[in-house]
Amino acid sequence: MSVRLFVSRDAGAVAVGADEVALALEKAAAKRGVAIEIIRTGSRGLYWLEPLVEVATPQGRIAFGPVTESDVPSLLDALASNTPHLLRLGATDEIPWLKRQTRLTFARCGVIDPRSLDDYRAHGGYKGLERALSLGSDAILTEVTASGLRGRGGAGFPTGIKWKTVAQAKADRKFIVCNADEGDSGTFADRMIMEGDPFLVIEGMTTSGITVGATKGYIYIRSEYPHAVEAMNAAIVAARRGGYLGDKIGGSTYSFDMEVRVGAGAYVCGEETSLLESLEGRRGLVRAKPPLPAHHGLFGKPTVINNVLSFAAIPFILAEGAKAYADFGMGRSRGTMPIQLAGNIRHGGLFETAFGVTLGELVDDIGGGTFTGRPVRAVQVGGPLGAYFPRALFDTPFDYEAFAARDGLIGHGGIVVFDDSVDMRKQARFAMEFCAIESCGKCTPCRIGSTRGVETIEKIIRGDRVSENLALVEDLCNTMKFGSLCALGGFTPYPVLSALKHFREDFVPAPTTLQAAE
Amino acid sequence: MTAVYEPWDETRGAEIIAEHANREGATLVILHALQEAFGYVPEAAIPMVAQALNLSRAEVHGVFTFYHDFRHKPAGRHVLKLCRAEACQAAGGDALAARAEARLGVSLGHTTADDRVTLEPIYCLGLCATAPSAMLDGRLVGRLDEKRLDALVAEAQR
Repeated sequence: MSVRLFVSRDAGAVAVGADEVALALEKAAAKRGVAIEIIRTGSRGLYWLEPLVEVATPQGRIAFGPVTESDVPSLLDALASNTPHLLRLGATDEIPWLKRQTRLTFARCGVIDPRSLDDYRAHGGYKGLERALSLGSDAILTEVTASGLRGRGGAGFPTGIKWKTVAQAKADRKFIVCNADEGDSGTFADRMIMEGDPFLVIEGMTTSGITVGATKGYIYIRSEYPHAVEAMNAAIVAARRGGYLGDKIGGSTYSFDMEVRVGAGAYVCGEETSLLESLEGRRGLVRAKPPLPAHHGLFGKPTVINNVLSFAAIPFILAEGAKAYADFGMGRSRGTMPIQLAGNIRHGGLFETAFGVTLGELVDDIGGGTFTGRPVRAVQVGGPLGAYFPRALFDTPFDYEAFAARDGLIGHGGIVVFDDSVDMRKQARFAMEFCAIESCGKCTPCRIGSTRGVETIEKIIRGDRVSENLALVEDLCNTMKFGSLCALGGFTPYPVLSALKHFREDFVPAPTTLQAAE
Repeated sequence: MTAVYEPWDETRGAEIIAEHANREGATLVILHALQEAFGYVPEAAIPMVAQALNLSRAEVHGVFTFYHDFRHKPAGRHVLKLCRAEACQAAGGDALAARAEARLGVSLGHTTADDRVTLEPIYCLGLCATAPSAMLDGRLVGRLDEKRLDALVAEAQR
């Protein structure tokens, strides 16, 4: 009998050598005449341990990591003789970092073969859709609403209400659009789930389609994610072959099919109306709302547009019931959030947990502080449009409202950690610069404001009339915040103002003490 | 591995356009397909796309120029993209970008005089837990440090 090994094919694992390790394992095993079978999974999300190699045993999977090509011979020795190995981490499921998570959405990610529909079904896949088909539209809407699920893209709009609006709209065609334009730095949950459990996204979108009466779906994936594009395309073909996309899904009377569309490097296309314009083949100019996409979306038709993680949460909710999901969380933030720990962090990766965990627990305890070993000084939560928080705010619970109350946002759940070498003037300048590069140009506060913002912060950095220019930046931020058409111009002030507020000492040089005259 | 592109050919261009012209919202799909075949979107292709989709030349030009991905001339033989977003900045990406610029003698967004290497910024490869990261001709590299960067630069210059 051959030994079953699991090595991730996730882009994050491949970037640190997973392909080379898999190849080395194959070669070394062949040379020794040992029969092995390597299954390329998604990532478990423990990126500091990638490339992670897991071995199937009667007691469950045993993990080794981070494995390099040169570790392969000793690893095979240890497996053959059942002796200890320096990289042995024990049972994967018992690794504390993984064990303390609540994996509802990411339950299968890193476990199954993302190319295998059978593997997906063997691990509970399509149970949610089967129940959805038996429930019908109204009952599905009741479940999704009762789960308390809010849009995971960042805006946090209740998913059930959005779906209901589209379900009630009358039109000859309706669309389901999945926003996979995950452009925020520090976020990679969409990428991971598309690469590691693509059928889950398809199942979520299909469920949405049968609920609102849409027969066509598009998933708009950014071009920076070629591995995710490949994985989704392969899964769509497999789902079609298995009768889960196309006419009469799963033997029902419903029809739904979908296709992948690839972005072209515009950050603003993550904004839903810009994304719709781009899908229609135009410049990604933001649309004024109303009308809402739910009424007037893709090609002018009623459209459900949700983030990857919103669709990915749906199968669990339907399979296990709304209550099972809503039992997790705090306040109006129900369920779990796949949080992404990134940047200068020792234990970076994906940590799915119920809302309510504090920022300090996430960064210091779970993340283990910085990998440089220097003190954590600032964390940016929620991508390039999210606020910079100092340690003083580490008691903030991870919750939409709690972050908003402190002039921040959780966005798509990314946390980027900076050590004490960070210059917050540079980060504030970058926020404006990024907005200037990526602005769609439709509204003046964003298009012009961001460029003026860069110039003014540069004056501050040069020491040119610092207090006057600081006041000017604050004023400009208010104009952008209240005058911009979408979140790009409207939220760029968050990182800028938070840097000014919490890290003032970086902007205003300490007064030089005059030397007493001799 | 260096990507191999076909030289621009009008008949081949027309074939590619015709292949996708009937899809809904086809403009980006066609521009991607043209760039995949030729390595860039030749100026001559713009009016052809416009005609196939019943759009004005200005509209197609507008789409082409809006998106960072589309090139109006071929890139260097190798394209080295360095992630310049916050997670990579936090992990020492600024110094590595400056090092790459110095080694190659070009600033980000430019191609070396010998047309060997195009050095570009990219805003997030989604490898934020193994930052800083880069992509050389489609191959991803994480946990970049000076040594790994130098190796990448040397490989690109070959």
